[in-house]
Amino acid sequence: MSTLEDTGALAREPGRTSFLTEGGTTVRSWLLSTDHKRIAFLYAAGITFFFFLGGAAATLIRAELVTPAGDLLTADEYNRLFTLHGVIMVWFFLVPSIPTTLGNFLLPLMIGAREVAFPRLNLFSWYLYMGGGLLTLLSLLLGGVDTGWTFYTPFSTLYSNSYVLLAAAGVFVVGFSSIATGINFLATIHLLRAKGMTWMRMPLFAWAMYTVSLVMVLATPVLAISLLLIFAERAFGLPIFDPRSGGDPLLFQHLFWFYSHPAVYIMVLPAFGVVSEIIACEARRRVFGYEFMVYAMVAIAVIGFMVWGHHMFVSGQSPFASLVFSFLSFVVAVPSAIKVFNWTGTLYRGQIRFSAPMLYALGFVGLFTLGGLTGLFLASIPIDVQVTDTYFVVAHFHYIMVGGSVSAFFGGLHFWWPKITGRMYSETLAKFAAVSMFFGFNFTFFPQFILGYMGMPRRYHEYPPEFQAWHVMSSTGAVVLAFAYLWPLFYLGWSLVKGERADDNPHDATGLEWQTSSPPPKDNFAEPPIVTGTPYRYHAEGFAPHEVRPIHAPQDPQ
Amino acid sequence: MTEVTLQEPWATAERQRVAVQFGMWLFLATETLFFGGLFLTYAVARFSHPAGFVAAAREAEAMFGTINTVVLLTSSLTMAIAERAVREALVPLARAMFAATLMLGVAFLVVKGFEYRSDIVKHLVPGPEFTLSQTGASQFWAFYWTATGVHACHMLIGLGVVTRMLLIPAADLPGRSTTAEGSALYWHLVDLIWVILYALIYLVGR
Ligand SMILES: [Cu+2]
Repeated sequence: MSTLEDTGALAREPGRTSFLTEGGTTVRSWLLSTDHKRIAFLYAAGITFFFFLGGAAATLIRAELVTPAGDLLTADEYNRLFTLHGVIMVWFFLVPSIPTTLGNFLLPLMIGAREVAFPRLNLFSWYLYMGGGLLTLLSLLLGGVDTGWTFYTPFSTLYSNSYVLLAAAGVFVVGFSSIATGINFLATIHLLRAKGMTWMRMPLFAWAMYTVSLVMVLATPVLAISLLLIFAERAFGLPIFDPRSGGDPLLFQHLFWFYSHPAVYIMVLPAFGVVSEIIACEARRRVFGYEFMVYAMVAIAVIGFMVWGHHMFVSGQSPFASLVFSFLSFVVAVPSAIKVFNWTGTLYRGQIRFSAPMLYALGFVGLFTLGGLTGLFLASIPIDVQVTDTYFVVAHFHYIMVGGSVSAFFGGLHFWWPKITGRMYSETLAKFAAVSMFFGFNFTFFPQFILGYMGMPRRYHEYPPEFQAWHVMSSTGAVVLAFAYLWPLFYLGWSLVKGERADDNPHDATGLEWQTSSPPPKDNFAEPPIVTGTPYRYHAEGFAPHEVRPIHAPQDPQ
Repeated sequence: MTEVTLQEPWATAERQRVAVQFGMWLFLATETLFFGGLFLTYAVARFSHPAGFVAAAREAEAMFGTINTVVLLTSSLTMAIAERAVREALVPLARAMFAATLMLGVAFLVVKGFEYRSDIVKHLVPGPEFTLSQTGASQFWAFYWTATGVHACHMLIGLGVVTRMLLIPAADLPGRSTTAEGSALYWHLVDLIWVILYALIYLVGR
């Protein structure tokens, strides 16, 4: 342990440098850098752009839905907007969000490595991401796509008069960027852990990156092939899914959901990792049931591959298949529930600091639980038949992906902001953003559960007037939510320029990443660290924190 | 054995070698699932329309397919020799074998080109001109064009990989044995996929 503390002290010597200046400060030195920390910044720029682009589409959708009549947008424009929103948010924001920014930056630091295993591949994956993004962006500028993010055949291949090929090509390319990231992370974790960093001493965030990489590497190729088959049918007229010549449109749905259900776990496993780190540190507690947290993530990654058919209960799949998929979907909820119990167990008898990252993390636990429970409703066939393609489904997956993953992303961004940028942000303003996000989110999406239960179908720009009150509520909540997303741009931007310099370890956290300077030097650690114990040394083992020496950490960085 | 050129962030040649192999095998796992999806479409189509599907398969040019299988298997042999030669620092042999692999790869694509021409002349492209009428026939040919097309793209990438090995200056080649190993793994995978495609396309209905 003394080895670790010395490292930080060394890096704090006067005249220290960090990765922000080492290796040049020109734009070129950033765009061609193979430093995992700089690549995290490149990705952050990309996902921020796409997040606000997808958000703009959501804004227009919510504006249209304020009134029952389709007065703001035509049906066709509305179709193109929700497709844009889905495609951009899923593939260009949610899937890469945590792994490519926080993951790229933190994974090597957390396991005591100097770099990821394949630094040049890492940079290449960013260019793939941007290339795919530009192709999809081009399809939107030319007029957009109207198939929904799911690209269902035969509409996408035979009937749609929109830029399906270009958008699908963009998603195809960005898929390879995820595969490259997955391969890189798996190799990094297997081969570059510091001395003493055994598997069961890895931080849960590193485990989250491990499991998500497995899913990325094994699921994304199936998305690639399903898009390629769409390409073959639409561009070359090869009737693969065309029922008129014996093809099977359901086959496309199987292939698509074989990727797209595990993709939900690509979005939420990293969030599990982030939240586990924040809760342990901010409650000053060892993670309750660490090993079960690990096994739960592995179980979710594996079982997550076997539940895709729950998206097809009403597609004409055999009742027996539906039964099995329904059962397995219930099974996958068990490890998710274990995680929720263990987070609560970690909080129990903790010395909880209600800092901004903690507010985001607590919000995550609540919203994820609600999203997960409604997921069980949908996994049960009779209820699913009732609410298929209604706002109930829309609300459910937004609770998981936006309430869950996006909250965790913002939580992680705040938690590690001092480490990443070397600056403090205003805690008061950040808490305000976190609380606004929680209330704005519930205000937006809870009414959609009720709408869906009442029978409001998704993907319509008009609706019967009796639904209006709920839609107005949802759109009002969206205004609050939009504020909660824009507000951090302001104070985090301010922090970059004028923020107080951060200590190496402002949260008094015990992970390896806090043992180096803030921001870290180019090579991460002055000396290769040696690990002697768990990353969660918040109190002696077997005791609650107040039974041993209390740790006095600054509540408020200001 | 010669010193292996070290890349960031590896401290030893042994570790770097393990990393390249590990990364490559992960990529091969990805490729397996990619082609797995394609083979699934084959299985579904053949299961749904066995008669039409098999009848359509009889139109495939087994001659071209067989020649190409021999060409590609030979190229795997030359690639394996090349990889081993790099490791043993036998530079002239390694380069000769890489060149042979490249030529065999190009030969494969040329034969494939002739086969495509013959298929087009026989109106075997699904669409308005398509000659076969049984249900399932166009499913077979849709698979044929997609799968062989995707495989040919993999071949082109493989040719690029082999060309890159040839462009490494002779003096540096012995230091690049991990690169040679990675390239060889990729080449063998593309070869292996062809062997499966050969059975699926040319041996059905015979
Ligand atoms: Cu699902």
